Amino acid sequence: MTYLPKPAFRHPDAPANALGYTRRDYEGAVSTLCAGCGHDSISAAIIQACFELALPPHQLAKLSGIGCSSKTPAYFLHQSHGLNGVHGRMPSLLTGANLANWELVYLGVSGDGDSASIGLGQFAHCLRRRVNMVYVVENNGVYGLTKGQFSATADRGSTSKRGAMSVETPIDLASLAIHLGATFVARSFSGDKEQLVPLIKAAIRHRGAALIDCISPCVTFNNHAGSTKGFDYAREYNTAVNRLDVIFERAEIVADYAPGEVEEVVQHDGTILRLRKLAPEYDPYDRIAAMKYLEEHNTAGEIVTGLLYVVRDPHDLHDDLNTVGAPLNHLGDEELCPGAEALEEFNANLR
Amino acid sequence: MNAVNDFVVKFANVNGSGSASANRLFAKAILRMGVPVAARNIFPSNIQGLPTWFEVRVSGAGHLGRRGGVDLLVAMNPQTWDQDVAEIEPGGYLLYDSTKPLSLSKFRDDVTAIGVPCGDMCHEAYEDARERQIFKNVVYVGALSALLGVDFVELEALVSTQFRGKARLIDPNLRALRMGRDYVLARVPYPIGLRVERASAVGDRIFLEGDSAAALGCVYGGATVAAWYPITPSTALVDAFARHCRRYRVDPQTGKHRYAIVQAEDELASIGIVIGAAWNGARAFTATSGPGISLMQEFLGLAYFAEIPAVIFDVQRAGPSTGMPTRTQQADLLACAYASHGDTKHVLLFPEDPHEAFEFAALAFDLADRLQTPIFVMMDLDLGMNEWLCAPLVWDDARRMDRGKVVTFTELEAGHPFARYLDVDGDGVPYRTYPGTHPTRGAFLSRGSTKDRYARYTEDGSVYVDNVRRLLRKFETAKQLVPMPVRQAATRTTRLGAIYFGSTAPAMGEALEVLEAQGMALDCLRVRAFPFHESVAEFVAEHDRVFVVEQNRDGQLKMLLVNECGIDPSRLVSVLHYDGTPITARFIVHEITARLAVLRGVPAGRGVR
Repeated sequence: MTYLPKPAFRHPDAPANALGYTRRDYEGAVSTLCAGCGHDSISAAIIQACFELALPPHQLAKLSGIGCSSKTPAYFLHQSHGLNGVHGRMPSLLTGANLANWELVYLGVSGDGDSASIGLGQFAHCLRRRVNMVYVVENNGVYGLTKGQFSATADRGSTSKRGAMSVETPIDLASLAIHLGATFVARSFSGDKEQLVPLIKAAIRHRGAALIDCISPCVTFNNHAGSTKGFDYAREYNTAVNRLDVIFERAEIVADYAPGEVEEVVQHDGTILRLRKLAPEYDPYDRIAAMKYLEEHNTAGEIVTGLLYVVRDPHDLHDDLNTVGAPLNHLGDEELCPGAEALEEFNANLR
Repeated sequence: MNAVNDFVVKFANVNGSGSASANRLFAKAILRMGVPVAARNIFPSNIQGLPTWFEVRVSGAGHLGRRGGVDLLVAMNPQTWDQDVAEIEPGGYLLYDSTKPLSLSKFRDDVTAIGVPCGDMCHEAYEDARERQIFKNVVYVGALSALLGVDFVELEALVSTQFRGKARLIDPNLRALRMGRDYVLARVPYPIGLRVERASAVGDRIFLEGDSAAALGCVYGGATVAAWYPITPSTALVDAFARHCRRYRVDPQTGKHRYAIVQAEDELASIGIVIGAAWNGARAFTATSGPGISLMQEFLGLAYFAEIPAVIFDVQRAGPSTGMPTRTQQADLLACAYASHGDTKHVLLFPEDPHEAFEFAALAFDLADRLQTPIFVMMDLDLGMNEWLCAPLVWDDARRMDRGKVVTFTELEAGHPFARYLDVDGDGVPYRTYPGTHPTRGAFLSRGSTKDRYARYTEDGSVYVDNVRRLLRKFETAKQLVPMPVRQAATRTTRLGAIYFGSTAPAMGEALEVLEAQGMALDCLRVRAFPFHESVAEFVAEHDRVFVVEQNRDGQLKMLLVNECGIDPSRLVSVLHYDGTPITARFIVHEITARLAVLRGVPAGRGVR
């Protein structure tokens, strides 16, 4: 039995958000991942982001594929519906769910095997389709549940725990996502919650296809000296291009920033993304420049993190399909069934 | 050869030459005269240049299966001339384009050849090369009208309707029709031995493709999400759905769509989108053919085990592998009935014609919701891509979507207990909630892994067994909900029976008439769904021998009958047609007659095949 519910009791002084919920209301069952797994930190960041956004948990649906990462939806947001699908196919399930009801927030959780190997096709096509979602890849470069094989994001020249060297070209999901038309692309590191939580919040508020490629070290199979997805490597080579704050009302900027150092984007729903630039030349609105920057820095072995690319005025699949305002799953017989009279007319034209 | 309202005309054309609409015009004009026709395309997997045929069976008696044999050939494709001419029944007719002289050796002594210089006439009459090509087809339709006695007024009326809104196309079409007719009237001995005479055997029936009918059933059944990947012969179903939606599902105030159609990157994504949408409370479907079913296997197991509704139209074609992509078969029964790994069983529906394709399509969505499982509507190319004469589509305005066991906000708020996989009613069907229903109650995590009655992950073997046994109970429940088999008793008592399904129906009906006239009586059972209702096994038990007529090599329906009903295989005799053409009454009569001759020489109880 691997389902371990958390005890219901909580600290009487636990802070509540605008909905009156505490963090506990956004948690899930006890994780069954290895102690120290990066994925658990990402689950905690998701919980934190939803708590801070005061998101009604039932207004979010969590979907995943197969693998360690895809098990995590059981470990957060127990009051949200979840769908744990088949390997590499979370994107199509999420696309269908989104088509049925555009009003919910869709959180897709996947791993590097799930998204870059078996599911690369679906990864690509759901981004091309600009499904409104937050797509989190918990990227550790390795298959955990099957005990340590390389995934398609493993860097060339990195070694497995047993010493084998990865010789194939790694897939950079963030670069690919920018190329494919995602309208919000970020990369982060499970060990940097200060960076990750605002990115998740911003992605939830972004009305479009948002990808977060999150380096998430596998403590059991990919956290050794030859790894480029371990904690030490990620800390040493993490190059953040910016820091993001998500705010809800335009408050005066009190800190003393140099001109051009801070940039604000007002999203569809009024939330403001406040970007503090760390790499002065980096422009997250310039698609071509972003791709070039990533390519150059990837080649240098750096892990470029932060909000890498964002479209100011995104549109999504429902815009393209011109669907009605009411969610499709709310439509009833009246709206959907043309009725007997129309059918008689249809028949008459076929005689 | 002399026949009134009972003959077969076959058109031999070149694919892409514009013959389809002309041939259709011919068939429809005869229908308008009150004479039933069965029309079938026999087409290649090709866009342009390869041979294509169109067969029109004119049958005053209303036999709508393919007959086999050709009484009048319209030979417009030199490439297939020899094989086409060889197919004509002795005493039959050959209508050909006499623009270029043909050697006498190309003709048959026992066939009356009628030359009409369609090419020359069009060359003179039209400037544009494409028009010269296309109107050759209309010229021969005009010629046929004079030869066979097809009412010219009906042809004119059809042309006017067909090009309503495109007036500039009406005159050139009428001109071509008249050229063909006038040539025959002036130069050819007419009428010939084949005649169409006005009758009243069509009634209020309609002429419609199964794919279009099924697509309209999806509109009426409340489908809002369609995801698909192009594959013959199911593409026409999605095209028709898009067409019907543009007509019936656009919000008149806003112009916005009450539907979403996504052309996915493959069939895996198609079924994934369907399952995701249905999990979230929308009615969703995909349409595909055999190769697509193969690709969907893993997801179908998820839908079965996580109990998520889905509707899949399998417009079957000849497999295995790419097989014959533009030829018909009923060979995906096993692939669908037991789709996916592990212990799985799925509900299949077998519509016999477009009328039932509409009805079963709409029903499939109710069944999928009611049973929370994938429902397959088993069509085939013959039914899907040909226009069939069938009873008009019917709808009861009092009917409402049956969304099955869905717990609402009000019920959760009132404290209604909810356990996703608990068999509350004893029918194996649990209750579900849609995402977003209630802030604090009714959420669960759907998964393909083992779970307990409360949707919590477990690896406990006894809990697993409890769950999969409930799924068997649910399958039993399905037997009572799916369309019942249709039984047709012979005119006298007999120990022989026949079971068939789907598009075999018209050929079977005709075969039974012939067999009865020859003194062989068979009780008949048309199976309309899987799992089989108990009356199917009873039917077999009541007969010594039961012929199982189907369009595949391995006797897949027979296998399902043996496997699911515990029937002694020796009682079932397979009659199998699988060359990619639609089954004919002649074939069925021949096979059953031959088997009976053998059977009569062999004591009952011995295996006969």
